[in-house]
Amino acid sequence: MPPKKSIGAEYLKGLWDENPVFRQLLGMCPTLAVTNAVINGIAMGLATAFVLILSSLVVSSIKKLIPNQVRIATFIVIIASFVTIADRFLAAFFPPISKALGPYVPLIVVNCIILGRQEAFSSKNSVGRSLLDAFGMSTGFILALLILSSIREILGSGTFLGFQVMGSWFKPWVIMILPAGAFITLGVLLGIAILIESKTKTRST
Amino acid sequence: MDILTVFVAAILVNNFVLYYFLGICPFLGVSKKIDSAFSMGMAVTFVMTLTAVASWMINHWILIPFGLDYLQIVSFILVIASLVQLVEMFIRKMSPPLYQALGIYLPLITTNCAIMGLALLAALKDYNFIKTVVFGVGSGLGFTLAIVLMAGIREQLDLADVPKPLKGAGIALIVAGIMALAFSGFSGMIK
Repeated sequence: MPPKKSIGAEYLKGLWDENPVFRQLLGMCPTLAVTNAVINGIAMGLATAFVLILSSLVVSSIKKLIPNQVRIATFIVIIASFVTIADRFLAAFFPPISKALGPYVPLIVVNCIILGRQEAFSSKNSVGRSLLDAFGMSTGFILALLILSSIREILGSGTFLGFQVMGSWFKPWVIMILPAGAFITLGVLLGIAILIESKTKTRST
Repeated sequence: MDILTVFVAAILVNNFVLYYFLGICPFLGVSKKIDSAFSMGMAVTFVMTLTAVASWMINHWILIPFGLDYLQIVSFILVIASLVQLVEMFIRKMSPPLYQALGIYLPLITTNCAIMGLALLAALKDYNFIKTVVFGVGSGLGFTLAIVLMAGIREQLDLADVPKPLKGAGIALIVAGIMALAFSGFSGMIK
């Protein structure tokens, strides 16, 4: 195991160094699918954060009770329970958002970020650290969704959170809200992330 | 005719990777060589077909009659996990080279959103049994088509002069975007 990080670093690593989307390339499916509007991106990010944080809490508290051979199955059942809660909650209180996200809320269950964090972190670390890690990863994930969905909504519909931000001269780039726009935007963002990383690396050495 | 529509739609129009964004992880991870991409596609198609059958049975024979549809997520994921385990043991016995080629991505089919997505979408669209199976096979073939095309492009891409930060996943995503654009041309086929 790597040496213990400070409390702050445990949280902050999720924002950039180990950002789930830009650095680890995890959770790509929801990232691409729901980011055609900012509101969907935020809802998806919050739902994922809810599941990730509570799953990390449960897994790290009962990690000694889980037999090693069935740990993956146990994690999945825990995650699936929280996803069911999130899904029902959205359907009950925010029906329009639940409709817009469609099958992607239940699909949080197979989001690699969540299972990945349980396997790589929560099952080996204390409750406090796991929570920090989960909060950090969630923030990083929401941040990534926010960036991607802002770009796509502003360029694709000329709006931000439903408000018109571009003048009447602006002709929306329909491609940005189509699947193609999602792939291309994320590809370019990944390139930028790597570029920034390599620039900061060379400066520090 | 209806069944043919479901089949064509699943392969071309509503392609799992390029339209629903499901199964992106293996799509990016196993698309470096055409032959391993093809085996991955076949494995996914196989698991998808089985999943379509199993999830339909569970949904229509157990969950709906007993009013347990809130257990859909939990029961689908468990069925998929055990199916993948079965397929893994089967391939390890029957074809060790294929097992080697698929490597880590076979267990990862469990967390492949495409499989779970298939079960959920089929339940959401309320397909009957035949349509669900056709949907499963079609979606699997659509995934295979997308991943093999992608692998073909990436093999050529190795020789291209790609800007350094875009190497790897970045350029792969941009290529996928252009493919999605091309596939959106099929959308006129289905009303």
